[in-house]
Amino acid sequence: MELPTQTYRVTRADLVRYAGASGDFNPIHWSDRTATKVGLPGVIAHGMFTMALVGRAVTTWAGAPDAVVDFNVRFTRPVVVPDTDEGTEVEVAAVVKEVTEDGLTRLDITATCLGEKVLSQARALVRTPR
Amino acid sequence: MSLDPSFVGRTYPPTAPYQVGREKIREFAAAIGATDPAHHDPAAARALGHPDVVAPPTFPVIVTMAASQQIVDDPALGVDYSRVVHGDQRFAYTRPVVAGDELVCVNTIEEVTTRGGHGFLTTRTDVSTVAGEPVVAVWSKIVVRGEA
Repeated sequence: MELPTQTYRVTRADLVRYAGASGDFNPIHWSDRTATKVGLPGVIAHGMFTMALVGRAVTTWAGAPDAVVDFNVRFTRPVVVPDTDEGTEVEVAAVVKEVTEDGLTRLDITATCLGEKVLSQARALVRTPR
Repeated sequence: MSLDPSFVGRTYPPTAPYQVGREKIREFAAAIGATDPAHHDPAAARALGHPDVVAPPTFPVIVTMAASQQIVDDPALGVDYSRVVHGDQRFAYTRPVVAGDELVCVNTIEEVTTRGGHGFLTTRTDVSTVAGEPVVAVWSKIVVRGEA
């Protein structure tokens, strides 16, 4: 079963806010000068910010903010965030793989930016909605 | 410089307790756009059976990233942090993190490998309350890129 795709807009302001809230102030997430110096195409989103957006999608699908039992991702490609009002977009899709005997739902998740996969092996195990 | 594989299996001393604040959960939830009332309103969280507001699923990284500095900064292991990229991340929950939790982290090095000139380091952080109640286990794989 496919779940409805969730789309999240990501701007530089979001990265600044995430840096402050998470305590991850690595300048590759806010300085073009630093990002390009280390060989990146530009400022990139924190991998953990992308994972947090996927977590939002997962809790939305599960219908409860406390439903996540197990959650893992592999970071494969950076989400490049241009310094524009529009920023960029991350699309999160998922399919239900199975419902286990103990009432958990296993999701296989896809996260893409500009049509390219940014995560691989993204999976979540959630409590099935009550 | 390759990472020292003899570190596999090493466990570090427990970190100082981290006090999970209600406002920190609200700030983190707002930063990621998570608007569910249970992240913001204690009454909504209590309706789900929790004592206070519930953290979003990736919130523990705030605690574990700070805790894993004791590994990354271990001069004997030899991680060059300026060459680090995040590889994998996993959270395995016993229960969600809630405001009021006092969390202690125990870091263990699970895997150290070198492939194609790059170093790969997998750490497991067991997060529990000061009373010893397990909350979440967090795995993180970092890649230390080799000199090109």
